[in-house]
Amino acid sequence: MASETIALNEIAAGYRTIGERLHGWVTTVDHKRLGIMYIIYALMMLVIGGIEATIMRIQLMVPHNNFVSPEVFNRMFTMHGTTMIFFVAMPLVFGFGTYLIPLMVGARDMAFPRLNALSFWFTAFGGLLLYFSFIGGTGLYGAGNAPDVGWFAYAPLTAKVFSQGHSTDFWSLALLVSGFGSIGTAVNFITTIISMRCPGMTLGKMPLLAWLNLVMAGLVILAVSPLTAAQIMLSIDRYLGGHFFDTQAGGSAVLWMHFFWIFGHPEVYVLVIPCFAFASEIIPVFSRKPIFGYPVMVAATVAIGFISMSVWAHHMFAVGMTSYGNTFFTVTTMIISVPTGIKIFNWIGTMWGGKIQFKAPMLFCIAFLFQFLIAGLTGIMLSASPFNWQLTGSYFVVAHFHYVIVGAILVTIFGAFYYWFPKMTGRMYNETLAQWHFWLFVIGFHLTFDFMHVPGMLGMPRRIYTYEPGRGWEIWNLIVSVGAVVQGIAILIFVFNLLWSMFKGEPAGNDPWDAWTLEWSTSSPPPDYNFATIPVVQSRRPLWDLKHPEDPDWKYE
Amino acid sequence: MGEVAECGPDANPRAGSKQMKRSEQTRGVWGRVFAGAALFVCVLFAAKICLADPAGPSQIPNIFKPDSTPADSIFRLSKLVLSITGVVFLVVFSLIAYATVKFRRRGNDDGSEPPQVYGSNQVELAWTVIPGLIVLVLFLATARVILSVQDAPKPTGAIEVVAIGHQYWWEFRYPGLGVVTANELHVPVSDPQHPTPTFIKLLSADTDHSFWVPRLAGKTDLIPNHPNSTWIDPHETGLFLGQCAQYCGVQHAKMLLRVYVDSRPDFDAWVQQEKQPAVAADAATEGRHIFESTACINCHAVSGTVADGHFGPDLTHMMSRDTIASGAALNTRENLRTWIQNPDSIKPGSLMPAMKLNNHDLDALAAYLETLR
Amino acid sequence: MSSAAIPDLPAKTPAKIDWNLPSRGRVGMFSLIAAESAIFTIFVVAYIFYIGKSASGPQPKDVLELPVFISICLLSSSLTIHLAVRALRRLEPAGFKFWWIVTLILGTIFLVGTGREWHHLIYDRGLTVSTNLFGTTYYSLVGLHAFHVTAGLIAILTVAILALIGKVEFEYHEKLDVFSLYWHFVDVVWVIVFTVVYIVGR
Repeated sequence: MASETIALNEIAAGYRTIGERLHGWVTTVDHKRLGIMYIIYALMMLVIGGIEATIMRIQLMVPHNNFVSPEVFNRMFTMHGTTMIFFVAMPLVFGFGTYLIPLMVGARDMAFPRLNALSFWFTAFGGLLLYFSFIGGTGLYGAGNAPDVGWFAYAPLTAKVFSQGHSTDFWSLALLVSGFGSIGTAVNFITTIISMRCPGMTLGKMPLLAWLNLVMAGLVILAVSPLTAAQIMLSIDRYLGGHFFDTQAGGSAVLWMHFFWIFGHPEVYVLVIPCFAFASEIIPVFSRKPIFGYPVMVAATVAIGFISMSVWAHHMFAVGMTSYGNTFFTVTTMIISVPTGIKIFNWIGTMWGGKIQFKAPMLFCIAFLFQFLIAGLTGIMLSASPFNWQLTGSYFVVAHFHYVIVGAILVTIFGAFYYWFPKMTGRMYNETLAQWHFWLFVIGFHLTFDFMHVPGMLGMPRRIYTYEPGRGWEIWNLIVSVGAVVQGIAILIFVFNLLWSMFKGEPAGNDPWDAWTLEWSTSSPPPDYNFATIPVVQSRRPLWDLKHPEDPDWKYE
Repeated sequence: MGEVAECGPDANPRAGSKQMKRSEQTRGVWGRVFAGAALFVCVLFAAKICLADPAGPSQIPNIFKPDSTPADSIFRLSKLVLSITGVVFLVVFSLIAYATVKFRRRGNDDGSEPPQVYGSNQVELAWTVIPGLIVLVLFLATARVILSVQDAPKPTGAIEVVAIGHQYWWEFRYPGLGVVTANELHVPVSDPQHPTPTFIKLLSADTDHSFWVPRLAGKTDLIPNHPNSTWIDPHETGLFLGQCAQYCGVQHAKMLLRVYVDSRPDFDAWVQQEKQPAVAADAATEGRHIFESTACINCHAVSGTVADGHFGPDLTHMMSRDTIASGAALNTRENLRTWIQNPDSIKPGSLMPAMKLNNHDLDALAAYLETLR
Repeated sequence: MSSAAIPDLPAKTPAKIDWNLPSRGRVGMFSLIAAESAIFTIFVVAYIFYIGKSASGPQPKDVLELPVFISICLLSSSLTIHLAVRALRRLEPAGFKFWWIVTLILGTIFLVGTGREWHHLIYDRGLTVSTNLFGTTYYSLVGLHAFHVTAGLIAILTVAILALIGKVEFEYHEKLDVFSLYWHFVDVVWVIVFTVVYIVGR
């Protein structure tokens, strides 16, 4: 049982040298360790990406600032975007999924453990490749160095003639390599969820986290692949003299945009759907009610997955598509707001009539609801194509997507951190520090990203290393920059809380939250094999059935 | 089954973590609600302030102060969109706030679980259908504006301009009027009764750019090998500011735009002036000689002389412009000298090379350029 | 708390649950095929988009000849790999080895044929990846497919060697069946590439 497992682990740990322990981590195929490695890697990259953002915000605090040169600034926004999307957000959602999915479906590991490890190392190596560009890229006019073409790298700026040296190639190859890792992870998720559920766990009885990760993995399969294809084409252009996006030879810059955004839009759903999953696990437990409308939540997510493959050109409204093209993508983008809105209502419905406890995971999920609502509404504004002609390419859209990625995605990830930290480490985090983290972060977030909408509406484009005084942008940029510092402090508190609690936190026990899914039936942390005997389940909340044998779920589902 | 009680609500598994006192919980909740509301009200006020007019109204490229039909159509659509999203926000925010406050666990809670509700078909149907209807209304309103702006017919009497984007400056040609200029666009004011809009064809010589003058129209990209077009019909004279809105390289930030809306007589006079070749001013022949014998003519054109380069801006009437380097500096003798001698100090990374002339030559050259009115 | 026992989940049920889930190998392979299909789709879209847009240089109808023989070889190899796996399942090791080697040969013929076609195009017709849009899209699409054929052939060769030294037993028929899905996918892609490049595009 648990006590024996932990005792065994301790004995085993005591006899192992640092080298052996490190070797154990590097060669592991255990999904729990790989999940933790994904998460730690992402946290390190978060700090680096945050430094890049801070450098930009200092430069933009006042007009005509000289904190960094235009070349450095342009590298900063490219690296910041690329890092945050591919080496922070994706590894975070993959890491949590890798850790949780086998536990939640009652399996002992992922379907393909070695592929799991390979996928992680591909992702990690991709990040190293990207950052190696700082020292490895060379070329004319000092044009090498880190990539400076923006995270979506529009052609023909990425052609050899406009981007000399190897900086763009580092960008392209890093994404190609980490893309293979992403696809491998997706294959693993799909196979585990379809083929390794424990007896009794039909598709209609698995936790929402499993369903949503299934949809997400399907999107990765369909969306990351076009990016892989586009990177291969770009490399053929740059290395072999191809003309895919070579406008001087008749190639099409717009084709790159289509290919990129066919990836780029589903990508943001790849990031946000697992966050919906976290909210769908946390909100019920801290409201003490089951998720409201489980079948509709599944259906809405599947609908979002499908529709998300049809909206991509809303990133291209200003590019000169025909009015019919613009109209089509307007309507698909507006339609996707319906299933998304349904989910918000279902979460509110879950809280309704409950007994809400305001621990850190729930606080972050409530902030998620509020901020995701606003992000979705600014998204509706952007979906109206003519309005988009003013707002796109400006700080309004930068504010919108940060609202989603920071205000919804990162915030739910913080919630997930606090919720599953006890399970992963066996210790409770410090609730006071977590509350400090929460409030400081929310204040800093709103300072930055609420007010960032304004310069966009006043005509400030994005990706500019400086701006003219007298256009009314100064005060807003100053406030935005101050908020960034506040968020940075909050994140430092968060990291400190994690580290401190890992060593000094109270022992958590198996089930500190009185929750209902299978992972809470294991010890904290779970043994290597997860379950001594594979569980058999009868409802969506197997532990509720155990704790309430007089009133089990399977009578009502 | 005995283990269950240890994890159940009666137990205190959160050993070591303080249970929040009721007052703390309440404060936490209300604090959250108020903070959220306060912050949003602040934003609204801020928006109102910025949308009101501080000094120099036309200098602020405010998308909510349109002065041309495309920008105006967008503005009117945006009012509908903002109203609808505003109402949705208020409704849903109220629901979230209410749920958070009303259904919080009280301090005197008995630890029992609340009624376990799994869903409700009627409610879920309602909150599917109503958003669907809202989307339908929004879409229809939007589609009308897309068609009216993008597919607007070009009336006779429209001014035709071809804008060619370069790294990091704007080339403007008026094919029907025989005018070539750079960076500062002159258009006539358009009377709504008898419109004289300006239709701008958008091309690019190198990478992607975007033409954005917020008070006049939404932005449209300039993409090589993919001609686009946009149009404006400003209703008031004045200077309207904008800049390139698609990252095009290292000096994207300083590819600024100035649109001068002139009265019709002023515009016609400007056209007449621009059509003339450069006047050969004898006092500046030394500078002209330097211009024509160093690398200047490889990139620049001065009509009526041997200078016929197309890589850089046409300089025939450069003194009629208020700025140089695509708006990066005012057109003064000092700035002109700096720009020729060391462009990186004004626009580091621009494609203008440092000419490295000695002081005497530099003065002569600047004097010559100043004759190009 | 850490010494508390794990709650006793019912490991045994009143009635035996019939619990059959799809095999991991098949689900994994189908997912991989889906991803690869998405990659190929993008290359096919690029090819179709650029049909007729090459302003200069060799055009498809001038230089492309229908590669009928090698196509028949490749498509037949789908049949032979199926026969091989079926033989293994029927405990016919000789039949398995025979059909497996035939598959290897047919696939190799395809690759060699493609190589010869490329040699002809490059040296006799002056069409390279950088010549024009047709060259870029042609070599990329056909090359991506050939790359996948090569990867498959390496796997087939490995299994062939293992089979010849007697290591491939009946137990592996499932895994080889899953692998054959990949090989069938490669063939389906060739049908599409053939249609788009040699029929539609010419």
